[in-house]
Amino acid sequence: MSIFEYNGSALVAMVGKNCFAIASDRRLGVQLQTIATDFQKIYQIHDRLFLGLSGLGTDAQTLYQRLVFRHKLYQLREERDMKPETFASLVSALLYEKRFGPYFCQPVIAGLGDEDKPFICTMDSIGAKELAKDFVVAGTASESLYGACEAMFKPDMEPEELFETVSQALLSSVDRDCLSGWGGHVYVVTPTEVKERMLKGRMD
Amino acid sequence: MECVFGLVGNGFAVVVADTSAVHSILVHKPNEDKILLLDSHKLMGASGEPGDRVQFTEYIQKNMSLYQFRNGIPLTTAAAANFTRGELASALRKNPYHVNILLAGYDKDIGPSLYYLDYIATLHKVDKAAFGYGSYFSLAMMDRHYHSGMSLEEAIDLVDKCITEIRSRLVVAPPNFVIKIVDKDGAREYAWRETIKDAPIPSD
Repeated sequence: MSIFEYNGSALVAMVGKNCFAIASDRRLGVQLQTIATDFQKIYQIHDRLFLGLSGLGTDAQTLYQRLVFRHKLYQLREERDMKPETFASLVSALLYEKRFGPYFCQPVIAGLGDEDKPFICTMDSIGAKELAKDFVVAGTASESLYGACEAMFKPDMEPEELFETVSQALLSSVDRDCLSGWGGHVYVVTPTEVKERMLKGRMD
Repeated sequence: MECVFGLVGNGFAVVVADTSAVHSILVHKPNEDKILLLDSHKLMGASGEPGDRVQFTEYIQKNMSLYQFRNGIPLTTAAAANFTRGELASALRKNPYHVNILLAGYDKDIGPSLYYLDYIATLHKVDKAAFGYGSYFSLAMMDRHYHSGMSLEEAIDLVDKCITEIRSRLVVAPPNFVIKIVDKDGAREYAWRETIKDAPIPSD
C-alpha cells in the first residue's frame, strides 16, 4: 500500500466569479480502520488564503506548522500578509528542500490575490506547481474528483452556485473512494466574507 | 497483541491497557503497567515496541516535570500532546519511536480531554480511541454504546464490555487489564481486571 494512501483524503478547490471554494473530506483513517470523522485538512493562513493538505496526516501537520511559522515571520518582517502566488512558491520551496526524503503530502492552495482575483494551485509532494484557472484536486479520491469537476464546472459561478457545485463534486467523488468521506468541509471565500459549511454525505 | 483504549466521560477520562509484557511466545510478566502518570492530572497509555515504550514515555514524563520546575506551572493537556507529537515527529525520519500513545488529561477550565497519537506522530483530539488488534473490538463496542457525558459507572461498564469482547474474540487475548482515570481530583489507578495472577513468591 502506498504511503500516500495511509490516512486517506480528498481535496478540491474551484474558482468562481471573484470568489473561490475549497473543500475537503473529514475522515482520518489508518489504512482500513477509521479513527476519526472530524479531522481537519484545510487551514486558514490569513483571511484571504487557505491551504489544504492531503496525504500522510503527520506530514500534513508538520508542514502546516512550518508554513504558519514562515508566514508569521513574513508578517512581522513585511508588515503585510503573503500573496497567494508567493505562498505557493514558499510551499514549493519547502517541499523541494526535502527532495530525497520528501513530505508525503499534496497541498492545495487557494486565495484571493491582487484586485481580489482568485488564485488556486496544487503541487505534487516535491513541489511541482500546477496552476489552473478552473479547479484543482488532490488526495486518494483525485481521479474521481477530476471527472466530477470537469463535468460540473462552469466559469464565473456566483458563490452560492459554486458552493453547490463543489459540494456535489466532492460528495460524489468520495463515495467512490473507500479511504475518504465521512462528510465534507467547504469554505467559500469572497472579498468580503468567508463562509464555512459542513456537508453530510454517506457516513461510511 | 497489546491493547490500549480510552474514552472521555462527564468530567473525567479513562484509559485502559493490557498488562502483559510479551516477547515472541513468552509472557515475561502478567502485570506490566503500560499507563504512565505524566503528572498530577495526566495519563499516558502507550503500546508498541517495549524498549521504545518505556524509554519514550519516561523521557516525556521527565521533560514535563522539568517544565513544571522551571516555570512553576504544569503544561496543559493540549500542550503536552503537542510536545509529545513534536518529539515523535523529529525522531520520525532519523530514529523513529515505535510507540502508539493515548494521552488523557484534565484541565481546570477545559475539562477532560483525550488525544490519539500514533507512532508516526499523527495527532488528533478524540472522544474515544483504541490501538492494537483489540481496537477492532473495543472501537466497535464504544461506537455502539458510547455517548458524550457518560457517568463513571456507565463508562466503567462500557470498559468492561470492551474487555469482555477482547477476551472472548481475540485469539491471543491478554488476560489482565489495568484501568486508570483522570478527573478534577487527579490521575489515579482505578482498578485491575485480572484473570491470571502471578504466582506468589515462595517464602522460606
